[in-house]
Amino acid sequence: MRDETIAAIATSLGEGGIGIVRISGDEALNILEKIFDYFNKDLKNKTVDKSVDKLDNLSKDSMSRKAEIQANKLIYGHIYDNFTGELIDEVMAVYMKGPHSYTAEDVVEIQCHGSIVSLKKILSLVLKNGARLAENGEFTKRAFLNGRLDLSQAEAVIDLIRAKSDRTFTVALGQLEGKLSKKIKDIRGKLVDILVNITVNIDYPDEDIEEITYDKLLKDLEAVKFSIDSLRESFQTGRILKEGLRVSIIGKPNVGKSSLMNALLKEERAIVTDIPGTTRDTIEESLSVRGIPIIITDTAGIRETDDVIEKIGIEKSKEAFNSADLIIFILDNSKTLEEADFDIIEKIQGRNALVLVNKTDLERVIDLKEIEKRLPKAEILEVAISKEVGIKELEEKIEALVYGCKVKAGEGLMVTNVRHKEILDLAGEAVADSLVMVQSGEALEFLEIDVNRAYELLGSIVGETVEGDIIDQVFARFCLGK
Amino acid sequence: MEHIFMGEYDIIVIGAGHAGCEAALASSRMGNKTLMLSINLEAIAMMPCNPSIGGTGKGHLVREIDALGGEMGKNIDKSFIQVKMLNTAKGPAVHSLRAQADKNKYHLEMKKTIEAQPNLDMLQAEVVDILVENGKAYGVVTKTHTMYKAKAIILATGTFLRGKIFIGSSAYYSGPNGLAPSMELAENLSEKGMKLRRFKTGTPARCLAQSLDYSKMTPQRGDEKVIPFSFMNEEIGENKALCWLTYTNDETHRVIRENFHRSALFGGQIEGIGPRYCPSIEDKVNRFSDKERHQLFIEPEGLDTDEMYIQGMSSSLPEDVQHAFYKTIEGLENIRIVRPAYAIEYDCIDPQDLKLSLEYRTIENLFCAGQFNGSSGYEEAAAQGLMAGINASLKISGQNPFILGRNEAYIGVLIDDLVTKGTNEPYRIMTSRAEYRLILRQDNADLRLTEKSYKIGLASEERYAKFIEKKEAVEKELIRLSEKTFAPKEVNEFLENCGTSPVEGRISLADLLKRPQVTYADTRVIDDDTRPYLDYHQITQLEVQIKYEGYIEKQLKQVERQKKLEDKKLREDLEYDLIDGLRLEAIQKLNQVKPLSIGQASRISGVSPADINVLLVYLEKKRRENSKI
Repeated sequence: MRDETIAAIATSLGEGGIGIVRISGDEALNILEKIFDYFNKDLKNKTVDKSVDKLDNLSKDSMSRKAEIQANKLIYGHIYDNFTGELIDEVMAVYMKGPHSYTAEDVVEIQCHGSIVSLKKILSLVLKNGARLAENGEFTKRAFLNGRLDLSQAEAVIDLIRAKSDRTFTVALGQLEGKLSKKIKDIRGKLVDILVNITVNIDYPDEDIEEITYDKLLKDLEAVKFSIDSLRESFQTGRILKEGLRVSIIGKPNVGKSSLMNALLKEERAIVTDIPGTTRDTIEESLSVRGIPIIITDTAGIRETDDVIEKIGIEKSKEAFNSADLIIFILDNSKTLEEADFDIIEKIQGRNALVLVNKTDLERVIDLKEIEKRLPKAEILEVAISKEVGIKELEEKIEALVYGCKVKAGEGLMVTNVRHKEILDLAGEAVADSLVMVQSGEALEFLEIDVNRAYELLGSIVGETVEGDIIDQVFARFCLGK
Repeated sequence: MEHIFMGEYDIIVIGAGHAGCEAALASSRMGNKTLMLSINLEAIAMMPCNPSIGGTGKGHLVREIDALGGEMGKNIDKSFIQVKMLNTAKGPAVHSLRAQADKNKYHLEMKKTIEAQPNLDMLQAEVVDILVENGKAYGVVTKTHTMYKAKAIILATGTFLRGKIFIGSSAYYSGPNGLAPSMELAENLSEKGMKLRRFKTGTPARCLAQSLDYSKMTPQRGDEKVIPFSFMNEEIGENKALCWLTYTNDETHRVIRENFHRSALFGGQIEGIGPRYCPSIEDKVNRFSDKERHQLFIEPEGLDTDEMYIQGMSSSLPEDVQHAFYKTIEGLENIRIVRPAYAIEYDCIDPQDLKLSLEYRTIENLFCAGQFNGSSGYEEAAAQGLMAGINASLKISGQNPFILGRNEAYIGVLIDDLVTKGTNEPYRIMTSRAEYRLILRQDNADLRLTEKSYKIGLASEERYAKFIEKKEAVEKELIRLSEKTFAPKEVNEFLENCGTSPVEGRISLADLLKRPQVTYADTRVIDDDTRPYLDYHQITQLEVQIKYEGYIEKQLKQVERQKKLEDKKLREDLEYDLIDGLRLEAIQKLNQVKPLSIGQASRISGVSPADINVLLVYLEKKRRENSKI
């Protein structure tokens, strides 16, 4: 158990300016090396570049820097998603080699911006790279078990385990009283059906019972996979509903970014003038569109400038841009596309983007075909913000984007907890593995292992153990015996 | 009345059923002067219920008993009349051997073995009391006031202990099959503080073969190739008998339903808890009322008898009802019943009062095995008997107990389930109870266990030599198979004939064998003269190891992970009430079970992961306190 590497957010979620993700265990340094890059000017210019060959260079660069991460030195750099190349945050990281650390194991702490979004993104990434989510109080428990804490603290450790697990239980109950719990129980119910059938076929080959067919197994497991996947997809929605959708408005100066923000806010907040560069700072606003909390950032026009204050604004814009769930790219209907627009188009490739063609009350000069060509996946909406034309359509689009087509607010199932998401991912994988085995006609007792694993994993979300379940059901449902 | 001292033994075994026989044989083979007592010597290795050995999970147990040097496998190989490997359409981990036995022959062959066994005495006598002083068992007293002393006692009373038979409204104290019950012993065990409870089981009627119409039933044949249970055997002869399949029908169910009120089971006379996997026919009809028919197998009880066993039809209904419903079944219209079906209730203990060595927790040197521990089935009993015999022997010679892990044997699963989790019904082994099913196969029981048994002085030289020979032959051949490679043109025709796809590059014989369509025997035609002669057990082992390598490795990793918890030992005298932070329920359960490791503690129901963490912290605290001294 102890050789598993664990990770968790070590600071309390909320207001704090700085957040810490802590990793403890043999893999801690390895994981950091996979996702961390030193601050480097060249790299910084590549921040939004995600092309595959660049990604390769990136990982090569990291490899060459391995030796540079020294113990007990605070280092500055960036966290990248080593699967997609996405820049996640600008961080300070420290590696403490065991036994000279809190847990007496190798420990890495990543200090990032305190927002829930970046903390969770970094944590998810660390988990994806092989760590397991720490249980409540587990760092302290390890610290004690590894001899770090004084003997007199043993009682306190026990209190911690006790209190936290009890509290977790209450919290879990609270969270689970809803539809998520019901949905997971439904899925487990389907898995029980499958497991009971497998068990009875294996353990009672002589009985007069329906023989299990692989066609039926395939159908049943696919249904389970679909349910698990829907839940997994609702995680994004769930997170957004809990923390807000991060929207970044981008566009050349004076295309109407601040006006859009005001239109959504329905009040004058940003300074709206006709002079380019008026918006000198990032303006962040929380608002609600059709019940969806939105954190919207009107970014300063991203452009080269010598003005120091504006430069700061531009940096902040880039940051907001990088962490956005949705990018609204505004273009001026009355102007031709120019280099600055193409730069933005390049930057938003692969992102979740909505293109607003503003000022449709003016004569069309812009080449819409060109935009469609360059951004084939983005939706394009024609609006006249100052005349309040198309705002309703924009709101509808945002709503549709958040809910996707699968989940609807109110009746939808929301997975909001990283732990639940992790478990659902693993359960989904287990079911996928079993499906592969069904397709290749592997023997029942092999594929049973993965089905059972999925069942156990889901049980750990709702706090139910496997103990005896299956065998009880076998006897309840089938007439067996001499 | 004064006891008459009649002799002193190292170990005394009470009961001569499947548990008692294995216990007595293991004890004497390990060099202990042993006495086996039975109410009736005709009850030695008696099969009072179904005439078969093995089946899913149970077949695995028999192979393990054999690998450890027990007798059951060898004995059924001598007395089988039909053998079938079950689950062959599934993977090798759940292949299970089952044999129909000639019951009388099974009994006689076991009796012969026991008679010929050095160090072992048998005696027809009813034990009425166990002598205990200062919490230690040291002897037994019989009905005739004779007394025998011993360093350890093994209790294997089966269904004899306060046995009570139910047929309709009749109920009377009796052992199985009309033998005398053991009444006084139960009283005296209770007096010694052993908590006894009641379990129940049942058996169907026996009828004469000549009264059946076979034209209305489907014959059930054994396998073409008879595979032995014992790793010591290769050829054991042909199948000698057929079984028959028929079904109940609406009329059967109607007769049963109309007489529900006359069943001892529904009448409330039976207080014992019966096994769910062995329901009586009235229970089946009641609980599965939508099922149109229930299958039953008609199985010969032996070659020298006309009696047939009606598998699937146990009952506690009165005899007139039994006649009436059996007669409604196709082929059984003119049935002549010679032994009616009955239910039997008996005393047993809560196995959570045992240690993993099967020693009773509060009476030292007293070991328990078989149905007395709350299990059901000949094989489960034999497995525990063997382990009780081994552990009693080790105990009296001052050695550590022999405990098999859940990752080592079904026997380990069986005993850990009983002792750690307890049971609320007669416990039956199932392959699904084993979390490491893929490595606990019946084909590798010897590779898993023979060496361990040899080390403790049970497995014979001959068995050990055979095990080494198999192990080395398989290892050597595995290497040869992976080194022997072929060009595509040398094998593609062969592969096509096997119904599998051709290859493009060179391929080793081992990789060819990974394909489900290719068997080791098939490859003879493309192999060369360096191919060794291998016997059945060796070939099976070879194929399984090659074909399922990936899965097996995956499971071994799981075992490795769990092992860390099993390696964290807990003292048996730990007072859990004194540990802060444990919940009350956990304290009670831990105090009852007294687990030997954190791993075992984690399997106790009512002990939560948080409790386990508390225990871990406690262990560390203790360790540090001790290291200070």
